[in-house]
Amino acid sequence: MFGKLTWNAIPWDQPIPLTAAAIVGLAVLGVFIWVVVKGYLPYLWHEWLTSVDHKRIGVMYIVLAVVMLFRGFIDAVMMRSQQALAFHSGGYLPPEHFDQIFSAHGTIMIFFAAMPLVIGLMNFVVPLQLGVRDVAFPTLNSTSFWLTATGALLVNISLVVGEFARTGWLVYPPLSELRYSPGVGVDYYLWAVQISGIGTLMTGINFVTTILKTRAPGMSYLRMPMFCWTSLASTLLIVAAFPVLTATLAMLLLDRYLDFHFFTNEGGGNMMMFVNLIWAWGHPEVYILVLPMFGVFSEVIATFSRKPLFGYRSMVIATLFICIVSFMVWLHHFFTMGSGANVNAVFGIATSVIAVGTGVKIYNWLFTMYGGRIRFTTPMLWSIGFIVTFLIGGMTGVLLAVPPADFQLHNSLFLVAHFHNVIIGGVLFGGFAALSYWFPKAFGFRLYEGWGKAAFWFTIVGFYVVFMPLYVAGLLGMTRRLQHYDVAEWRPWVLTAGVGVVIMIGAFVCQIVQLVLSIRDRESLRDTTGDPWDGRSLEWATPSPPPAFNFAVLPNVAGEEPYWAVKQRAIETQQLSAEPHYEPIEIPRNSATGFVTAVFATITGFALIWHIWWLAIAGLVAAYAVFVWFAWRDVHEVVIPADEVARVDRARRRAREEWLAAHAAATAAAGGEST
Amino acid sequence: MRSRFATGFVAVAAALALVGCETGVLAPAGPVGRAQRTILLNSLTIMLAIVIPTMIAGLLFAWWFRDSNRRARYRPQFVYSGRIELIVWSIPTLVILFLGGVIWISSHQLDPFRPLESPHTPLEVQVVALDWKWLFIYPEQRVASVNELVIPVGRPVHFSLTSASVMNAFSIPQLGGMIATMNRMVTQLHLQADYPGRYYGQSAQFSGDGFADMHFDVRAVPDDAFADWVATTRRSGAVLDRRSYEALAVQSQNVAPVTYRDADPRLFQAIVTHEIPPSAGPQVGIPGPAVRPTRER
Amino acid sequence: MSVVTPAERSTWRETDPYVLGHGRGGSVPYATGHGEGGPASKRVVVGFGFWIFLLSDIVIFSCFFASYAVLARETASGPSAKDLFDLGNTALQTGFLLASTFVCGLASLAVDLRNQKWTQVTLLVTGLLGLGFLVLEVREFAEFMSRGAGPSRSAFLSAFFTLVGSHGLHVTVGLLWLGTMMAQFLAKGFRQDIRHRFLCFSLFWHTLDIIWVGIFNLVFLVGTVL
Repeated sequence: MFGKLTWNAIPWDQPIPLTAAAIVGLAVLGVFIWVVVKGYLPYLWHEWLTSVDHKRIGVMYIVLAVVMLFRGFIDAVMMRSQQALAFHSGGYLPPEHFDQIFSAHGTIMIFFAAMPLVIGLMNFVVPLQLGVRDVAFPTLNSTSFWLTATGALLVNISLVVGEFARTGWLVYPPLSELRYSPGVGVDYYLWAVQISGIGTLMTGINFVTTILKTRAPGMSYLRMPMFCWTSLASTLLIVAAFPVLTATLAMLLLDRYLDFHFFTNEGGGNMMMFVNLIWAWGHPEVYILVLPMFGVFSEVIATFSRKPLFGYRSMVIATLFICIVSFMVWLHHFFTMGSGANVNAVFGIATSVIAVGTGVKIYNWLFTMYGGRIRFTTPMLWSIGFIVTFLIGGMTGVLLAVPPADFQLHNSLFLVAHFHNVIIGGVLFGGFAALSYWFPKAFGFRLYEGWGKAAFWFTIVGFYVVFMPLYVAGLLGMTRRLQHYDVAEWRPWVLTAGVGVVIMIGAFVCQIVQLVLSIRDRESLRDTTGDPWDGRSLEWATPSPPPAFNFAVLPNVAGEEPYWAVKQRAIETQQLSAEPHYEPIEIPRNSATGFVTAVFATITGFALIWHIWWLAIAGLVAAYAVFVWFAWRDVHEVVIPADEVARVDRARRRAREEWLAAHAAATAAAGGEST
Repeated sequence: MRSRFATGFVAVAAALALVGCETGVLAPAGPVGRAQRTILLNSLTIMLAIVIPTMIAGLLFAWWFRDSNRRARYRPQFVYSGRIELIVWSIPTLVILFLGGVIWISSHQLDPFRPLESPHTPLEVQVVALDWKWLFIYPEQRVASVNELVIPVGRPVHFSLTSASVMNAFSIPQLGGMIATMNRMVTQLHLQADYPGRYYGQSAQFSGDGFADMHFDVRAVPDDAFADWVATTRRSGAVLDRRSYEALAVQSQNVAPVTYRDADPRLFQAIVTHEIPPSAGPQVGIPGPAVRPTRER
Repeated sequence: MSVVTPAERSTWRETDPYVLGHGRGGSVPYATGHGEGGPASKRVVVGFGFWIFLLSDIVIFSCFFASYAVLARETASGPSAKDLFDLGNTALQTGFLLASTFVCGLASLAVDLRNQKWTQVTLLVTGLLGLGFLVLEVREFAEFMSRGAGPSRSAFLSAFFTLVGSHGLHVTVGLLWLGTMMAQFLAKGFRQDIRHRFLCFSLFWHTLDIIWVGIFNLVFLVGTVL
C-alpha cells in the first residue's frame, strides 16, 4: 500500500534532524494559524499563491531563495563545526549524517537558493526594464515557480521522512546506483531536481521568448539594459543546458528504478558518460547563475557612479562570448580521470579563455567608476566587494584550469575555496546587491542603509576568514568531504575557518535586523517618487511598488537609458511630458494552475520516491486533468478600466512633479552657494 | 576596504610562506610533485601580475571618484573609448595566450600516463580501490599490502589503477599527481620519491560513508630496505587469492595495514575484466526500505 | 512615460552614444518583437516560445542519441543490433508516422478554412496513424523482451529502449494532446487561442517526425547495415 514507506523511515534515533524538523514544522504551523486567524488567507490565495504577475512571482522566488539559503547555511555551519571538532575523533555527526549534510548543502544552495534568487530577480526586473506589462507566458511562469517550490519541499521532507543522498550534490555513479546507495536518498535528490529542473527549463523558454519578442517600442537589442542582456544569455544557457540535466538524471532514474545499465558497473554501463553529461550541464549552470549577477553589477555600478555603463557593446560581446565558451569547458571538472594530454590541454586552454570575457567585464566596470561620482550605498559596497573577491576567485580558477596544477588541487579544499570564492563573491554578493537595490521598487520603502552596510562588512570579513584558510588547507593536501581527519597540519586552518563561520552568523543577524527594523519603520522609509536611487533604466519610471500593469502607456524608447533621458529632459524643461491618453489595459487573469500542478507534482514525486505506484499514477492522471481544465478556460484576461489606470498614473505624475520642483529648488540653492 | 584587502593579502602571503612547510602540495618529495609545484607557482605569478594591478586600480578608482571628492573630475560622457577597449581585450587575451602555452606544454610533460625519465626500470604496482581501503599488489614481487604502500627511493613507480566498486582518486600530495580509479577501467600514474620518508596518501574522490578513513601511509625506503621489506613480507601473512580478495572486498572502515605473502599476479586483470564481479555494496541494515542501512561496525 | 513627439526623438538620437539609428519609437503596423513596434503579436510569441521548447526537447533527444552512440557496442555478450532489428517493421512504422504528419498538415489547411468536419476527420486520421505507429512499436518491444532482450540485458539495450521509448512516449503524449484539441475545436470552435494551440501541436507532431527520421537512420539503418 505505501511502497517502501514504513514507520521506520522517520529517524527516531537522530535528534538533530528531528528537532530541526519539529522547529520548522511548528514555525510553519504557527505562520499558517496566524494567517488564518488574521483572515489573510483569501488575500494570500488571490494576491500571491495564484498570482501570475511577474513581480509577485519574482518576490515569491526570492522568499523561497532566502529561506533555502538559511537552510543551506545551517548545513554549512554544521559541516564547518564538524570538521573543527573531528580531529582524531568522530566529531558529533556520524558519517551517514555528515554525508547527507554536504550533499544537501550543495543541492540546496545551487538548485534552491541560487537558482530561485537569480530567476526571481529576472522575474521582477526584466519585464520592467523592457518596458512591458508581463512575461511572454504568465501562467507558465507561475507553474515554473511552483515546480521549483515542489523540489525544495521534497528536499526538506527528506530531513524527516527517510534520508537525503549521501553521494555529494552531483550523485556520481556508481556510488549513486542502487547497489551502492540502496536507500531513498538518491531518489529524493533525483525527483526533487528533476521536478524543479523542469520548472527552470520552462522559465528559460519563457524569458528567452520574453526578451526576444516582447519589448517596448523602440527597444532594439542594443538598447536593452545590461541586466536584460545577461538574463538573455543566462536563459539561453538554461534552454540549452537544462535538457541535458533532465536527460542525464532520467537515465540514472531508469538505472535505479527499472534496472537499466547506463552507468552501472555491470552490463556494460559507463559511469564516465554520466560525469561528462552532468558537467555538460554543470559548467553552463555556473554561468547561468553568475551572468545575471554580472548584469546586476553593471546596473548598480552605473547607477551609483552616475554614469552610463562603460563600453556597453563590449560588455554585450563579452557576455555572449562567455555564454558560448561556457559550453566548451566541462571536462576541466575531471582532468584527473585520465583523458590524455591533448584533451586535457585543450579543455584547460578553453577554460582559461573564459577569463578573457570576465576580465573585459571587470575592466569595463572599473572604467564605469572612472570619472564617476560614486555613492557608497549598500548595493555599491557589495559590487566593489565583488570585484575584489571575484578577482581572487577567478585567479584560483585559472590555476585549477592548468591540468598539472589541477592534478594536485582537484577535489581538495583549495577547490572548495575556489568555487565558494566565485559563487559567494559573484552570486551571493550580486544577490544582496540586487536585493538592496530593487527592494524599494518591490515594496515601496527603503532598507536601513546602516544595517545593510554592517551586514556587508561582516559578510566580507567572515568570507575571507572562512575561505582563505581553506585554500591553505587544500595546499596542505586536505581533500574535501572528510568526516574526520588525523593530520595535525590541517587543524589550525580548519579551526580558523570555523571562526569565520561565527562572523558569517553575525552577518546573517545584521540582515535580519535590517529587514525587521525597515519593515517596522516603513512609513518613514517610504519611497514616494519610484526613483529612490536616481536610476537610469525603465523600472524606475514606474511607481514603487509598480501597479499590476507596470506602465500606464508602454514607453517609447529612443535610446539607451531611456528613463535617464526622460528625467534629464524633465529637469531641463521643468515639466513632465504631456499627459497621455489612458486606455483600458488587459492583464492576465490569476490562475491556480501552477499551484495545483505543484500539489500533484509533490504527491507524484513523493509516491515515486517511496515506490507507491498507485499514488504516482493517480498524480499523473490528475496532472492531465489540470492540463485539460486549464486548456478549457475561456477568459484569460481581466481588464483594468481606463479610469483606474489614469488614477494610478496621475498619482505618479503628481509625485514626479513634486520631486521636480524640489530638485529645482535644491539645484538653485546649490548654484547660489557656489557662485 | 583596506582591511578586506589586507585580509586577502595576508592569507595569500601565508599560503606562499607554506612553501617551506612539511606536508602537502608545496612540499614535494619527488620530481612529479616538484614540477607540478613549479607549474602552480608560475601560473600564480602570471595571474598575480594582472590581478594585483587590477585590484589596486579598482579600489583606487572607487576611492578617488567618491561623491565627496570635489577634486575628481566628473565625466558622465566618458562611456566609450576604442583605445581602452583594445587594451582591456588584449591584456587578458595576451595573458591567456601565454598561459595557454604553459598549459599545453605542461599537460604533455606531466601527463600521468607518461613514463618518467630514469635510468632505472620502474617498479610495477597495481592499485585496487576497495570499499574503503587501498589494495597494493606488487606483481613482480608477488606480494601485496593494504593501506600501506612501500616504495624504493629514487626509482620510478608505475601504478596501474582500478576500482572494485565505486570511483575513488589515488592521491599522494607530496609525490604529485592524482588519478581516478574506476571499475572496469585501468588508469596509469608514474611517480617517484626522491627522499626516504613517510608520506600521506589518500582517496580524493568521495566514495561513501567510510571515505574519511580511506587514507594510507607511503613509506619511501632505500633499495636494500625495500628488498628486505619484500623478503619479510614473503615470509608471513596470508595468501591473496580470489577467495581472500573477495573477503577483503567487503565494505569495511578504518582498516589497519596488513600484508599478503603471496599475491596472485592475475588478480588485477580478473578484477578489471569482471572475471571477479564488482564488489557488493552495503551488507547490513534494515531490510526492505533500506533507509539508513550501511554502518559497518 | 508618455507619447513621444518626433521632435523629442530626434534630439535624443543625438545623445545616444552609439547613434544606432533605430529611433522609430512610434508603432509600426506589424510588430515583430525586434524592438521596432513593441511586443510581438500573441501568435508570434506563442509560436516562438514553442519553438524554443522544441529545441530544448531536441537537446534531450541529443543526449539519448549520444548515450546510444557511446553504448551501442556494450552488449554484455547479449544480442546485438544485428540480431534484433527488423527493418521491415521499422519501415512500416516510418510509413505510418510520415503519413500521419502529412495528414496533420492537411488538418492545418482545414483549420485555416474553418472547416469543422474536415478538421475532425483529418485529426482523427492523424491520431489513428500515430496509434498504428505506437502499436507496432509496442509489439516490437514486447517481442524483444520475450527473446530476453529487455532493457536490463545490456547497456546497449538500455540506451536503445530509452531513445526509442522516449520518442514513443512523446507520441503517446501527442495523442492525448490531439484528443484534447479535437474536443476543443468541437466545443469552442476556431477561436484564436485554440488555433494557437493547434499551431503548437502541429509543430510538435512534425518535430517528432524529424526525430524519428534520426532514429530510423542512426539506430536502425546503421545498426543493421553496419
